[in-house]
Amino acid sequence: MRMFKQFASNFRHPSFAIGFVLSAVLIVLALLSLVWTPHPTDGVNIAARFGSPSLEHFLGTDFFGRDIFSMLMAGALTSLRVAVLAVGIGMVVGVPLGLLAAGHGGWLERLILRFNDFVFAFPAIITAIIITTLFGPSAINAMIAIGIFNIPVFARVARGGALSIWTLDYVDAARLSGLKVWQISVRHVLPNILSLLIVQATIQLSLGILAEAGLSYIGLGTQPPETSLGLMLKEAQSFFLAYPMQAVWPGLTIIIFVMALNLMGDGLRDQMDPKLSKAGGINVAG
Amino acid sequence: MKNSALHLAGLMAATLFSSTALADELRLGMVLEPPHLDPTAGAAAAIDEVVYANLFEGLTRIDQNGAVLPSLATDWSISDDGTRYEFTLKEGVTFHDGTSFDAEDVKFSLDRARAEDSVNAQKGIFAPITNVEVLATNKIAIEIANPQGDFLFNLGRGDAVIVAPESAETNQTNPVGTGPFKFVDWQQGSKVILEKNPDYVGDDVYLDRAIFTFISDPNAAQNAMLAGELDGFANFPAPETLEIFEADPRFNVVVGSTEGETILATNNKAEPFNDLRVRQAIAHVIDRQAIIDGAMFGYGTPIGTHFAPHHPYYVDLLNTYPHDVAKAKELLAAAGYESGFKATLKLPPPTYARRGGQILAAQLREIGIELELVNVEWAQWLEDVFTKKDYDLTIVSHVEPFDIGIYANPDYYFQYDNVVFQALIEKLNITNDEDDRKALAAAAETILADDAVNGYLFQLAKTGVWDTRLSGMWPNSPVEGNDLTQVKWAN
Repeated sequence: MRMFKQFASNFRHPSFAIGFVLSAVLIVLALLSLVWTPHPTDGVNIAARFGSPSLEHFLGTDFFGRDIFSMLMAGALTSLRVAVLAVGIGMVVGVPLGLLAAGHGGWLERLILRFNDFVFAFPAIITAIIITTLFGPSAINAMIAIGIFNIPVFARVARGGALSIWTLDYVDAARLSGLKVWQISVRHVLPNILSLLIVQATIQLSLGILAEAGLSYIGLGTQPPETSLGLMLKEAQSFFLAYPMQAVWPGLTIIIFVMALNLMGDGLRDQMDPKLSKAGGINVAG
Repeated sequence: MKNSALHLAGLMAATLFSSTALADELRLGMVLEPPHLDPTAGAAAAIDEVVYANLFEGLTRIDQNGAVLPSLATDWSISDDGTRYEFTLKEGVTFHDGTSFDAEDVKFSLDRARAEDSVNAQKGIFAPITNVEVLATNKIAIEIANPQGDFLFNLGRGDAVIVAPESAETNQTNPVGTGPFKFVDWQQGSKVILEKNPDYVGDDVYLDRAIFTFISDPNAAQNAMLAGELDGFANFPAPETLEIFEADPRFNVVVGSTEGETILATNNKAEPFNDLRVRQAIAHVIDRQAIIDGAMFGYGTPIGTHFAPHHPYYVDLLNTYPHDVAKAKELLAAAGYESGFKATLKLPPPTYARRGGQILAAQLREIGIELELVNVEWAQWLEDVFTKKDYDLTIVSHVEPFDIGIYANPDYYFQYDNVVFQALIEKLNITNDEDDRKALAAAAETILADDAVNGYLFQLAKTGVWDTRLSGMWPNSPVEGNDLTQVKWAN
């Protein structure tokens, strides 16, 4: 009930409301493609290719005669999956690193921070090129590359948030009562920086979708017959002069998706601003 | 409506970029850069596409229709038993470095190509040669083990060009030939520049300079063409963009044919493809036109067997297994796969394979065959599919001319072992009479179609795009090469 109230009050924030609704629609459509799309996405109907929007195919058909709307649903799912798992990788590795740095301090903190700087120095695209050169292009490799890029982001946010918690009295009390660093981190610090991490995750999710699109666009991400928003854009590129709408739809979807997640993240951050100003900046852009 | 939009796009491009070529210079685009420039030491077609007939010449040469013409040999005679050829050589010819050309150079080139340690990519061309004898400075005799119908054609291929002993070792980076163009510069990763050879003995060429520019990305290629940075592409890499060029008054789109039979290669020893009924079922369900339309945007000619449709020996076998889904299902059921089966389809990088694979997968799904599409790079394809034969199905284009003989080798990656067929090919190889050869080839083609050894899809088209003011470009490519000797600009 308390959560619901919190949620309802969040909704009074316009950018959160817009972002949340748009993201929810897109995510539901993406998930729906697991069980249902208006038309099959693995069918090929050459006679019907490059169809204009109609009642049956309301965004038209692509170069294989597949329904573009169905393809967008399936493509959004791939993009979302890559982004979610990449955020997962970043959180699972990055958050413990950040907590450890804040809790332990000293040489370990410096080591983790330097490691962070090191990974940060490589943009996701470079990491992806290295990984795909070694293991070949695929959605999984793109996911790992984006995931690696996410590690220092979450490590930094977790450390920043944790440092401010560590100065509080109840942490001192916990320490005096004999709890170890990791126990304090898990029981007292982590729950208190969770909202911070959720905000960051939302923003990283949008960056992940953008990064997946970028990698697939240059041929390092998702490979056919799978589909993703970036791959659709890449495939549409060669027909761009003759059939510009082929590229417009996936492009528009990427923009809306990324914008929606960003608005939602921004809205959430504004709601939590008092906490955030104490915790230090988390405005980490990719 | 769409067409006028295309025109508009073309016009806009034309007004935005108005750089034009020098009158006697040709800037030709190519997809792949050659690894080096010695056609006698590499299989890459890109080598021939720069140097063949332009920089290097052979005893004979092939014209754009596949006919054999004199080149460095002006005349020849063949003994009655068909095993001894005597050639009269062109006189006064010099190599680009100034050294003279004579019969010793021919003997050197052929002996080098057929030697034990030869690195020639087509050693098979030279294998029948038993002796090369210099009769005079302008006369040479070549003896071959058995009469061979296509020997003169083979001598006209890029692999059989004549090189000089003085420069043979350095031809890879500084090619020295006898042709009407000589090598000027190779900017690695970008272009090769040839210039007219002023000392050429023979018909003068029209161009002063030829620049071969290498652009592998189809979009970049398209932009370079629209921006007027290139005068043409002998074979444009992306069929889906040809519509733009067709609508553009500055360009001609010329559709010819290549020697590339594009097939659904099948592992004839792997379950369940070792069962003829399974292969027949696949043949019945393949819709060639849909693949040509979907993957190649309509450019390509359907084939019913492993043979080029423009060849005089071609037999139309398209209806051996007509498109018939019900029949295909029956055959599958008879083979014990009523509910279909799963298999993998390995796809090398070209569009015909990657796109064609998706279409084929959709077609085979109609009879319950679920294909897992596996994208592979060329190196991996050569290793896994071609060498180790670790595959079920793959899509690939076989670009060698007259290569039906590959089916006579049971160790070839199709793993097709048919003694009747092998005997036919053996006989064909030693038959000289044109009518007999035609009958033998037709019989061989029919066996392959009946046995549904592979899925026969289509002949790759050669889709050239070039400036409308250019003439003399080859619409077809009976051999690998871009022969520029007849190319000229209209005034």
